[in-house]
Amino acid sequence: MKLHEIAHGRAGDKGTTSNISIIAYRPDDWPRIEAEVTAERIAAIFGPDVQVARYVLPQLFALNFVVKNALKGGVTRSVALDAHGKGLVYAVLDMRL
Amino acid sequence: MKILRIGTGAGFSGDRIGPAVDLARSGKLDYLVFECLAERTIALAQLDRLGDPAAGYDRRLEQRMRAVLPDCHRAGTRIITNMGAANPLEAARRTAEIAAELGLTLRVAAVLGDDVLDRIGPCVLEETGRPASDLGDRLVSANAYLGAEGIVEALARDADIVICGRVADPSLFVAPMIHAFGWPSIDDHRLIGQATVIGHLMECGAQVTGGYFADPGVKDVPDLATVGFPIAEVSQDGTAVITKLPGTGGLVSRATCIEQLLYELHDPARYFQPDVVADFSGVDFSEIGPNRVAVSGGAGAPATGRLKVSVGARDGWIGQGEISYAGPGAVARARLAGEITTERLAPFANLIEDMRVDIIGLNAILPADPSAPEPREVRLRVAARCTEIEAARAVSDEVEGLYLNGPAGGGGVATMVREVIGIRSTYLPKADVETHVHMFGEPA
Repeated sequence: MKLHEIAHGRAGDKGTTSNISIIAYRPDDWPRIEAEVTAERIAAIFGPDVQVARYVLPQLFALNFVVKNALKGGVTRSVALDAHGKGLVYAVLDMRL
Repeated sequence: MKILRIGTGAGFSGDRIGPAVDLARSGKLDYLVFECLAERTIALAQLDRLGDPAAGYDRRLEQRMRAVLPDCHRAGTRIITNMGAANPLEAARRTAEIAAELGLTLRVAAVLGDDVLDRIGPCVLEETGRPASDLGDRLVSANAYLGAEGIVEALARDADIVICGRVADPSLFVAPMIHAFGWPSIDDHRLIGQATVIGHLMECGAQVTGGYFADPGVKDVPDLATVGFPIAEVSQDGTAVITKLPGTGGLVSRATCIEQLLYELHDPARYFQPDVVADFSGVDFSEIGPNRVAVSGGAGAPATGRLKVSVGARDGWIGQGEISYAGPGAVARARLAGEITTERLAPFANLIEDMRVDIIGLNAILPADPSAPEPREVRLRVAARCTEIEAARAVSDEVEGLYLNGPAGGGGVATMVREVIGIRSTYLPKADVETHVHMFGEPA
């Protein structure tokens, strides 16, 4: 199963840091998401240059990942097509559980 | 008990104008807030102002004001905006002229003081660890994130329209709450923290009413084409309901609110703002009716006493070019095109600081998945940040040259060269940043 089937989220940017929220659609799926969607698994998606912090908001059934160095150059200097990294949340939602 | 009605008329400088007109006309609003300034927008506006001292404010200011002023005047709705960008004084003067042209008597305030270019030199930049003065003549702007107090002062002086430059986005919403409810301003950190939660939910416009949310099959949004902009109904105790106009498209739900709450947030317990260190960690939402979501639980601690400053500097040029390949072997031909373009750019290597060669459809946004089937059409994209404009031009020229000198079947070339204004961050003690208000149309 892909995370996309049981969770949604949004990516934001500040400088070279991306933040990615992951939110359970149903409370029943929350324990599984909290257990499996770890900072280590997020770091593995984005490669060796990033540092990941994970914040848990249990009353919202939500996780907030802060991924440092995910956006090379930041939105103002980046040569990436998606300089804001808006699409990066879908790299996480593509994760297999 | 008084319920304060605040609407969002724009969540970014390019936002749609129609939904703001709907709010002005039918929202029965006390305040309509236009948030139009991003990190880079203000530096670009500073460049405009360097070219023309009367420019440097939002280019759609006039269009927006003409669209909403008559209805706002009729409804008694006051306007707060950061469309002043790099030139709030000129933006306010122009807005007063527009009001007069429309036959409306309106008092317009400019909130000044965010421009700190004259004292930023010694401040150490977060990204480089070096003082801003090291940037020399590349330095074009330094704008401090002001808090709510200048706007509160303008409202106390009966401004109908308040025009700011760089103000923290939530403060555009916090200020009218402080003014309307007579809160003890920065002294009640719980209230200001909760007000910041409301401001954060509202500041991106439709992002809380179903915009930027739809994902067909898993997250459906009704009538997205006519998505309405948000309204916050705020009570004296800081609790609020997020909603939108009846008859507009979109969706206000627990899910849309949670996505927007966490947008661009780092540590939820410590969201640094000029007015407060807001604590979003205990926020909760409940759906109390169709498209009506109650928000509570925001908290806060005293602000740090220093203001974040965005420093803009000229930082070279980006040149880019794209070309499409389709059908059998499309990916291989795009790869070959990328390789030969890179080889042809070798003479400019010492002028290229960063370069990407991506295949759109394969790996331009997400890391490539080797197990995925090959797409039927792809687009090669070459982009480089260069220290000199001729190198940036070479990048786009070499992609265009692929028409006759590259692999078979390339089509649809698009190229662009633009100057880069890099934004870096530093901090100033709040005491070094003086906010003041200039009124137009105030009786002598």
